[in-house]
Order: sequence, then structure tokens, then C-alpha cells
Amino acid sequence: MVRLEFDPNPPGNRVWLVMGLAVLAAIALSSLIFWSYGVPPVTAYLTLFKGTLANPAGIAESFRRAIPLLLIGAGLSLAFRSQFFNIGAEGQLLLGASAATGVALFIPLPAELKLVTMFLAGFLAGGAYALIAALLKSRLGVNEILSTLMLNYIAVYIVQFLVNGPWKGRSLMGFAYTEQFPAAATLPVIGGTLIHWPTLLLGVLLALFLQLILNRSTIGYELRVVGENLEAARYAGINIGRTVLMVAMLSGGLAGLAGVGEAAGIHKRLLDPAQISLGYGFTAIIVAWLARGNPALTIFTALLMGLIFAGGDVMKLNLQMPFRVVDVFSGLLLMFLIGSEPLARYRLKFGRRA
Amino acid sequence: MREPVLKLRGISKRFPGVVANDQVDLDVYPGEVHALLGENGAGKTTLMNILYGFYQPDEGQIELSGRPVRIGSPAEAMRLGIGLVPQHPLLVRRHSVAENLALGLPTGWWRPTKPLGKRLHELKQQYRLDVEAGALVEQLSPGEKQRVEIIRALLRGAKILILDEPTSVLTPQEAGELFKVIQRITQSGGAVLFISHRLDEVLEIANRVTVLRKGKAVGSLTPPTDKATLAEMMVGRQVSFERERGMAKRGAPVLEVQKLSVFSDRGLPALRSVSFNLHQGEVLGVAGVAGNGQSELIQVLAGLRKAVSGSVKLDGRDITGKTPRQLHTLGVAHVPEDRIRMGVVPSMSVAQNLALRNYFRPPFSKGLWLDQQELDQNALRQIRQHEIAAPKPGTEARLLSGGNIQKIILARELAGNLKVILAVHPTYGLDVGASEQVHATLLQKTQEGAAVLLVSEDLDEIISLSDCVGVLYAGELVGPVEATSVTREQIGLWMMRGETAFTTIEA
Repeated sequence: MVRLEFDPNPPGNRVWLVMGLAVLAAIALSSLIFWSYGVPPVTAYLTLFKGTLANPAGIAESFRRAIPLLLIGAGLSLAFRSQFFNIGAEGQLLLGASAATGVALFIPLPAELKLVTMFLAGFLAGGAYALIAALLKSRLGVNEILSTLMLNYIAVYIVQFLVNGPWKGRSLMGFAYTEQFPAAATLPVIGGTLIHWPTLLLGVLLALFLQLILNRSTIGYELRVVGENLEAARYAGINIGRTVLMVAMLSGGLAGLAGVGEAAGIHKRLLDPAQISLGYGFTAIIVAWLARGNPALTIFTALLMGLIFAGGDVMKLNLQMPFRVVDVFSGLLLMFLIGSEPLARYRLKFGRRA
Repeated sequence: MREPVLKLRGISKRFPGVVANDQVDLDVYPGEVHALLGENGAGKTTLMNILYGFYQPDEGQIELSGRPVRIGSPAEAMRLGIGLVPQHPLLVRRHSVAENLALGLPTGWWRPTKPLGKRLHELKQQYRLDVEAGALVEQLSPGEKQRVEIIRALLRGAKILILDEPTSVLTPQEAGELFKVIQRITQSGGAVLFISHRLDEVLEIANRVTVLRKGKAVGSLTPPTDKATLAEMMVGRQVSFERERGMAKRGAPVLEVQKLSVFSDRGLPALRSVSFNLHQGEVLGVAGVAGNGQSELIQVLAGLRKAVSGSVKLDGRDITGKTPRQLHTLGVAHVPEDRIRMGVVPSMSVAQNLALRNYFRPPFSKGLWLDQQELDQNALRQIRQHEIAAPKPGTEARLLSGGNIQKIILARELAGNLKVILAVHPTYGLDVGASEQVHATLLQKTQEGAAVLLVSEDLDEIISLSDCVGVLYAGELVGPVEATSVTREQIGLWMMRGETAFTTIEA
């Protein structure tokens, strides 16, 4: 007889084993879908592997996707640790991209200050946007999940208004783009790829820094007390409102930075919201979740999600599968990974009932 | 010679680093109340969990009515006729009593509460156990919830009923009711295993006592008679039940409360124009039935609740409306009522919990950064000094027992130069040894010039510690008066002044 026994502190290797099995299960289930489209599963996975891990361009693509996920994910893991459920990173990213565009196109600045100012403006715009929800929460008790979610839609329309209206490029007839950024307002990329490395470097440094803040600073201490026991925070005299505002500013600001990276590193202009962000703000929730609220770990989880994004592209292009099928594959993979997580906390017991 | 209905022989259970039960023998006979007495961490809970199938013993044998059994799960325990009434009721709050009772009974999926009516009526007749079947669980008092748990165990055919610290959530009257129910159960042949660390109630209810200390059964008494002997067996040394308080040297008033009124969370008046003075070196005990304004009084003095009117002065300085941090800096310590919900952050380490009040100032922090080494050093010192059973400073607080969590809070709150100590139920749920230690620490602080405002539902505690006693009833303070000038009975009458409001529903 086999039964499950609860084990609250699973050893590391079992966690990895369970995650590995989850990936295998997702692959097995996806095989059926590939099969039904007439693509032999083995061919499909071989193409996938060749297109991503075995291909420099595929790896580069994963890194490019990982950059915004890393920035947003690191900020969100901080927010989730303090129980501020910011799911408005998508909107904060868009506002960051818009602020950077404003600086790039309309503010005369010496070339060497241009990018720095853009990043600063992006951080402030994203942070301020998250601050709206934080203020509503701390002053009026408005649920931040709803307010940040709704603010996403407003951000989408702000960007659409800008690119269709006042900021629409004169030289582009009919297209809803802004003018292209001047050279001083674009980010350098690693040769032949779309990896805007300054943003990547910024993301890695910030993720490590936030981890340090969380574990070693008085701010991080306050943040964790607020997140883990609000009553104790009140009792200890921690300024809860200020902590929430700070966390909102940081997580929104980092999402804003991601927006600056996308605008100045990839598109070199502001354009339709759906093209600026491929739902990074939502995917980053999973990035933060997989990292269990540890900003430093988002360096790895963001890369993992970047890889899944890149794999999706490969399947679209090389296998000519319908657009949605690849989303099914990445969806299955995520579902199995997330679903297996609690399972790691059980062990199998063989033998008769003791 | 009667056969024991439950017989344990040589039960041992080890956890990494601890022997929770060490060769424990126990006999429970039908028709008797067998009390399992021991300090926190003595292994009572582990033994109970073994009996209810949560744990498997590493060694030893369990016999039910002479038949060796293995209890693999709670479901199996129930099938074998063992019922557990947990310390904190495990009921679905938003369901009715009947729905909760039907849960897990083979009553069918269609109108599952229907077959219950007859059985409930029988139980009511037999044990005078009465609850309103249609009431929602969230509307019940703690005592009524416990009654639902007892009924549930009996409905499932329990012949041995395990009660885990059953009186810890009850008022004295409710406890009296419970004892009557227990007697009716044993009169009709059931056996009750009564887990407790309160000597008085064990003496009152038990026919036989087994004392656990550090995992071992150190002895049993049949029937138990002598409180001092029991306490000595439990703690391992002699325990004094004398009044712990000598005459205090009372100094100048340190806390002056004038016509203080506050609202409760629901916006109703919780304190009505309360005035008193607390002097240096004095212990003022505030008694009262829970919910008469004690929580609100402490909260407003600790800066956690706004005063509607009135004033509070500390050493002649107005401190009304100061924040908890300002008050703490001024020398007001607060041992909170709900230690797990307010006093610690369970998921954080012992070291970090010990720094909850002072993490932001030297030596714990330098500017923005915490000094981890200093946190750990401090934790090691406190663990040693206050005998906190934590393996290392990095241990998460949630892994410690209630008594050790209280030690963390006391170590943190009672450090430094204090003027006023607000202590709420400081020994609630603690065993004799730990309670003694807490009392000694508080009295020690009064010697150093601190004043203590002691809120407790335990009248013995109030009487043995306080110089002055007051009673809160419906937000008004009776007294305070000299502790030596009143009797226990007088205080009890003040607490019960509105008796009709508190009488339990007679079955």
C-alpha cells in the first residue's frame, strides 16, 4: 500500500525531483496536443530545443524577455513579502515607458544625461502610479488587488491616447507610433541581439540589492513584520502606512524601469501598449511567486520564464503551429510547476498502514 | 479488579533533539476521570496525539479493553471509541451546529442533519448537554463551542474522551458546567482523560492523576489529595502557594489616569470615565470578566487605541495620544494579551523577535543596516538568562511552545529602565514553574521602581501579586482598593455585579 505523509520541511533534492517530474508531465500532456496537429512530438521538442537552448539566438531571446521580468519580479517579490498585492505592474511598466518617451523626445538634455534621466523618470512614474493604490489602501482601506488591476486599464488607455494623439509621430502617416528616439536616448545592445545589457545589469544589481535590503536592513525588517504580522507591527510602533507606501514606490518604480528598458532598448519609441509589453507585468507575478518572495532568486526564475517565452516564439515560427497552441504548452508547464509545489511537501510511504 | 479500558505500556516518542515521551505507562479505567498533569513541554500533547492517531509511538504498546491496537489515524481512533475535544474548537464557523455535527458522520448526503435530531435529544436527556442545533457556530460562546465538540465526540461513539486543557477558554461558571457534564459521562461508564496543568481543577475533578515531567511519567496519585505533592512532582521541586507579595514600598504616582473614556472596535463605549493612580513600586491588579474593557484599557495606555476623552499622565507629563513607540521609549512596557497575534512574529527568528522594540536603534542597527551579529549575541544572552528553550537564535518563533514565546516577550519587554509595565494575562497557559518565574520577574521589577498594571482573569494571581485591586465591569472601574482590605468573595461579587448578563444557559 502506498500513502502520502505530510512533511512541512522537504529536503531540497525532493523539491527538484518533483519539479522535474512536473516538467515531464507537462511535456507528456503537450505531446498529445502536438500529435493532434500532426506534428510528431519528438520533432516538436527537438525543434524547441534547437531553437532555444542549443541556439545562441534562442538564448539571447530568453535573456531579452527575462530583463523586464527580472525587474518587475524583483520588485513584486518585495511587495508580496509585505502583503501588498500589486498586480498592476503592467500599468506601471507602461507609465514608465511613457515617462521615458517624454524625456527622450521632448526634454532637451545633454546626451550623457539623457538615459539616466529617462530611467529616473520611468522609476518615478511607475512608482507614483503604484502609490495611488497604496494611498487608497492606507488612507481608505481600498483593496489594492482591485485598484492596481483597474489602474492597468487606465494606463493602457493613457498610452493609446498618447500614441494616437499628442505624441503621434509626424513622419509616420497613419501609424500610431511616436517618433523614433534620438540615438542618445536608446540603449546599447549586445551585438546581434536585442539584449539591452544596461537594463539587464541594472536588474541583476537591483535584485541583489533588494535581497540585501530585505534581509539586512531595518526597512526590510519593518517590511517583513508588516507582511507577516500586522498586529505585531502596530504593537512595535512600526509606521505601517509609510512601509506600504515605500513598498509600492519600489515595486512600481522597478516596473517603471522595465518599461524604460523596453522603450529605449527594444522599440526605440512608444507604441501600442500590446506591443510594448507582452503581459510582463502579469508573468512577473509568477516570477516572484516561483522565487518565494526572494528578490535575488528572481534572477533565475525570470530567466526560466524568459526561456518559456522564447520557446513559444520558436514553435510559432518553425513548426507553423496555430498561434494559441504554444500558449497552451507554456500554460501547461506553468500549471504543472505551480501545482506540484505543494506536492513536494509530501512524501510517499510504502508498506502497510503503520 | 476492573480491567482498564485504555492501557499504555512503555510508550516512547522521539523527535529530532527531544525525547517527548519516555517509557510512559498509563491506565484509564471506565467510569473515571484520569488527569494528565504536567508543565508545558512535559509531553502531554505528544501523548494525546499518539492516542488520537496523529503520531505513531516509536516504542510501546497501546491496549484498548485488553486488546492491543495500532492507532494509525484520527479516523481509526474514532472507530476505536477514542474521542478528542481539542483545546481550540475545530468547527466550521459559518455552518450551523447540526451541520458541524453531521460532518464526518455517515448520515448520507441528502439532508445530512436530519437523522441527528433523535440522537441529540438522547444526549440531552442523558448528559444534559444542550446546544441549539440551528445556531451558527460563530454565534456561540467558547463554552458552547466546546460543548459542540463534546457532543460530536459522543455522537461518534467515544468511550474514552480526551479533553485537552478544556478550561483554558472558559469562565469559572462554564468550567463548573463542564465538570458536571464530565461527571455525568463517567457515571454512565465513560472514561475521561483530562489534560491540564492547573492543579486546583485537577484536584476537583480527577479520580486519578498521572504526572508527566520531561516526557516521563513521574508518578500517579489515586485519588489525588495533596496540592503541594502534585506541584512538586510536576516541577521537580517545592512550590510555594503563599501570597507572593510582601508590603510594597510605594512611591510617588507614576501613572495618573483621569476620566478616561474610549470606544471599542464596534464604536461602543468600552471605558467610561475611568480614573486611577498607579504608584512607583506598586502592583495594581485589574480583575473582571473578559470583555468589560480590560483590553481597551491596556490598548489606550499602550498607544494602540485613541482616547475619546480624559487624560493619561506619566510622571506628571501628559502622554495621551502618544504612539506605541514613543510610549515604549518613555518606559512603558506592554506584555500583550494575545501573545502570538501581537507579541511576536511567528515566522521570524527568535533573535529578530527579541529586537522587535529596538531593531531601529543601536546596538541592533547601524544606520539603515541591522547588525546581525549583535542580534544573535543578544539572543544568546537572553536565551541563557531567561532559559528560553530555543536551540539557536535563528530558530523561528512559531516552533516554540507558548511558554517559551512568553519568555521571549518578557525578556524583550522587561529589559531596560521601566516606569510602567502593562501586563495582560502574563501567565495565561503557562505551567506552575513558568508562572512562578513570571511573577518573580514582575515583582523584581517593582523593587527596581517600576509600577505594574496587571490585568488577569485569574483571581488567585491578582490576589497574590497585587497591592491594590480594581474591578472593571461594563467599562467602569470599581476601586482600586487595598488588596488586604478585600476578600476574594468581595472581588467576585464586583465582577458579577450584573450577574444576569453572564449566567450560562441551563439545560
